[in-house]
Amino acid sequence: MLSFIGRSVVQKTITLFFVSIVSFLIIHLAPGSPSQVDPLNPKFTPEMVERFQKEFHLDKPLYVQYIYFYRDLFTGKTVSWKDNQSALKKIWERFLNSLPLFVVGTLITWTLSFPVGIRSAIFRGGIYDRSATFISYVLISIPGFFFAYVLIIFVVTYFHVPVIGLETFGIGDAPATYLFMDRIWHLLLPSVLGATGGIAVLSRYVRSQMLEVEGQDYIRTARAKGLSPEQVHYKHALRNAMLPFVTMFGLILPGLIGGSVIIESIFSWPGMGRMAYEAILARDYPIILTVNFVSAVLVLAGTFISDLLYLVVDPRIRL
Amino acid sequence: MIDGRTTHDRPLLCVENLKVYFQSNGAPAHAVDGISFEVREKETVCIVGESGCGKTVSALSILGLIPTPPGEIVDGQIIFSGQNLIKLDEKAMQKIRGNHISMVFQEPLTSLNPVFTIGDQIGEAVYTHKQIEPEALFQYCVQLLNDVGIPSPKQRLNDYPHQLSGGQRQRVMIAMALACDPDLIIADEPTTALDVTVQAQILALLKSIQKKRSMSVLYISHDLGVVSAIANRIYVMYAGIMVEQGNTDQIFRSARHPYTQGLLASLPSLSKRGKRLHSIPGTVPNPAYKPKGCPFHPRCRHKILSCQKEYPGMCDYGGGHLARCPVLFKPKGYKG
Amino acid sequence: MNLAEKKLNTDFYIESPLPPKRTRMQEFRRLFAQNRLAILGLFIFILFFCCAVTGLFLTSGSRPIFDPAMVRLQEKLRPPLAKPNLDSLQPQEVPALGVYLMGTDDLGRDVFSRMLQGAWVSLTVGFVAVGISVLIGIFMGGIAGYFGQHHIRTDHVLFTLALILGTGLVIVNFVFIGTVLLLLCLAYIFYSLLARHGSTEKETPVLKAMLHSNAVSVDTLIMRIVDIMLCFPSFFLILTVVALLPASIYNIMIVIGLTSWMGTTRFVRAEFLSLREQDFVAAAKALGLSNFRIIFRHIMPNAIAPVLVSATIGIASAILTEAGLSFLGFGVPPPHATWGNILSNGKNFIFDAPWLTFIPGISILIVVLSFNLFGEGLRDVMNPKLKERH
Repeated sequence: MLSFIGRSVVQKTITLFFVSIVSFLIIHLAPGSPSQVDPLNPKFTPEMVERFQKEFHLDKPLYVQYIYFYRDLFTGKTVSWKDNQSALKKIWERFLNSLPLFVVGTLITWTLSFPVGIRSAIFRGGIYDRSATFISYVLISIPGFFFAYVLIIFVVTYFHVPVIGLETFGIGDAPATYLFMDRIWHLLLPSVLGATGGIAVLSRYVRSQMLEVEGQDYIRTARAKGLSPEQVHYKHALRNAMLPFVTMFGLILPGLIGGSVIIESIFSWPGMGRMAYEAILARDYPIILTVNFVSAVLVLAGTFISDLLYLVVDPRIRL
Repeated sequence: MIDGRTTHDRPLLCVENLKVYFQSNGAPAHAVDGISFEVREKETVCIVGESGCGKTVSALSILGLIPTPPGEIVDGQIIFSGQNLIKLDEKAMQKIRGNHISMVFQEPLTSLNPVFTIGDQIGEAVYTHKQIEPEALFQYCVQLLNDVGIPSPKQRLNDYPHQLSGGQRQRVMIAMALACDPDLIIADEPTTALDVTVQAQILALLKSIQKKRSMSVLYISHDLGVVSAIANRIYVMYAGIMVEQGNTDQIFRSARHPYTQGLLASLPSLSKRGKRLHSIPGTVPNPAYKPKGCPFHPRCRHKILSCQKEYPGMCDYGGGHLARCPVLFKPKGYKG
Repeated sequence: MNLAEKKLNTDFYIESPLPPKRTRMQEFRRLFAQNRLAILGLFIFILFFCCAVTGLFLTSGSRPIFDPAMVRLQEKLRPPLAKPNLDSLQPQEVPALGVYLMGTDDLGRDVFSRMLQGAWVSLTVGFVAVGISVLIGIFMGGIAGYFGQHHIRTDHVLFTLALILGTGLVIVNFVFIGTVLLLLCLAYIFYSLLARHGSTEKETPVLKAMLHSNAVSVDTLIMRIVDIMLCFPSFFLILTVVALLPASIYNIMIVIGLTSWMGTTRFVRAEFLSLREQDFVAAAKALGLSNFRIIFRHIMPNAIAPVLVSATIGIASAILTEAGLSFLGFGVPPPHATWGNILSNGKNFIFDAPWLTFIPGISILIVVLSFNLFGEGLRDVMNPKLKERH
């Protein structure tokens, strides 16, 4: 067990190192340069450009820049080129904005897709299964931004509530309940949108896992024991079908920092996705690299956690 | 079996004209095509046949475990202690399964749920039918494992199936089947997946348990060697029908159906050493496309023209020995 | 059928009925025909393909029949099926069908022509991107699966590193260090060629032994590269690269292709690993077939089915990704229409001209849906387990 953990940590650290190099190279070797040092940019005089280059080590060779950047990152001193704010602080603020979207979206995804998938599998081939299947295909295939507009039109015309942004603009001194409901409405739509794809994919996956397990010999054994269908489905089958999903808990983690660029831009939601998008547009390298690095850490931590979880839940795997 | 005649005569399970068809793309597969057999009390009955002849399907249909769709019991009745199991609803069947009839499956590894401990799975079988206290349940499970000959049962109860050997897994399956003292155990090729030495142990175990608990056993196998060791009566099945039935002596000494004769001839034994082993040409027909007339006729050495036209009837050789082959039937010259 | 049986059968004129013989293709077609949704998907896909191809011809050239770039400011935001106002239009400005089949946008351009033009973009993006990712995936996965247990020697790793680093450094104007590294590589090639000729030396020096030691297995190397690629959030990666590169449709195809090959690699590898252990491969090896022949004649046909399925579904997601990029303004540069940027323009008039949002949105939905349905249908048909179950 300990050796497994040790091995994974070493392996993941090496992977992280290469990720940091690759992302650094992608950004710095791509054609074009940040607007602040672009000689064609009329807003900046050559002196300013030179000062800027000095300040951010852009005049140094690439590997020195790399070392400087990651030294700053680990000491928490990375600053955004655009506004000189601390990158980690900026990310943290945006992260807090994205968090409710993520939490609500994930909750919706997981609470909806399991019952739907399990029901489809148990009554496979029936009308419920077929319509659930078709709807999930539609949800997988619908372009997120299009669906967003459809939902916005629907909600605005039928419920007459504004849904764009964190809260209604200038709502300042409304009663508390009204404020609360306003927040909920604003939160609900982007979360549902963020969850649609997830619900469709996850419920299909739950269904196929359940079907796979329901065809196994031990399900027949369980029925031959005289167990009720509920016990057979929800105890014997579900427990086995759940194994792969336990590991998926670990894989949710990267979603924390992902945030959907498209949904956040449509809803003017000042979240992580929007920040990364703006950073890419402004060629704000430190922010891009930091977001990338943090997300890589989360991905690796996620896979690590899911490996560990698998060890815990599957009695067949022992180290 | 002369001594137990009185108890042997009372049928416990009586299957009559059972037909199980599977709807597949194209023609329906007639997996079981009108079989009748009975299992009497305290008796071991074997159903023998090549793989794919419908043995397992018949066994599963007794317990109502045929996957529907695609499977469907089209006709016939299964009378068990006076009630027709086919007519029973799911709730009532649950009370029968595991409690009055239980089943031991072929692959002990895949037939045990990998994520529950042995104790969970055995205890569950007991608890479902007799709600007893956890403490008593534990003691009962230990006793069961002891009965099926698993060493240090208390520790084993906390093991997962993958931690046991193949033979031990099959013992666990048997313990599970025994859990509620059923009247009938259906054993579906319980030793096929095991080593020969383990096979012998499991057979001996089944035999001793049957004697101790006075149950009936319906043993399904393709292995005539195994069957000769445990059976009281034998049914030979081919392509969804019973081609011959009789007690062990009758089948092994004077088989009357060409198929049974072929099976016996292809049994390797020391006396045939050095000689060419007999084999039946061809394979079991596809259950969706059976030949007209006698299903065995394309592979039969004794076939005559009427074989491909008429479905053969059972010919009585006396003493409960029946064979579905009129070609070889010579009632006058028959002895014993 | 052995001889004895044949003889018996001819003696008695008895034939046992056999199930109707079907080739694999017939069986496949029969199973597929039962999956109505998949048939529908295939049908829509073919329709879409024809539309895209005819659209390409009808909308390109110097005088296209449907001109997607024709601006008629006086005819802006006309609803679908509206008749053009013939008085205010020059003769060459009148739409070819005499009616705005799908309305006009805010510049009075005919949406129908623009949709036709966009169809081709969606089609090519889907196919080229998936083509790239599938090729890379099969290549990497095949190597990892088939040659995975081979080891790469330390000197080879060092050589490759020096080569890449040297080239990179030369490109970013560190000519001196770069050249030195490249020269080192050159020297190494000469050295190894020489060493091969005079391979009769007796004692191996420590340095050489160290250089020739096994560093990493091919499988590990490729799977680690996959891990590294999976660490990047894919839409971000695409966004970053597309934003940094000059806007062009080819860049988008290549970038989507280069960032989506990991899944294919993983399961091609898994397929190869399991197929490599199968008896028919052992038999082929025993016959002395070359690795090349074993891979392409014996393993590939068996491994290709799941690749096809994932490719079909990959096309669907590539089309969605392109639409998303277009929506964010990173897609194909403006005068050229794609479904994504028609929708992106249309969102500003969502209440005045809903057709500008709904026509491209629903079109994308239907096309992507058809690919998904078709892909899932393929998966069902090719899955032997499901074959038995239904």
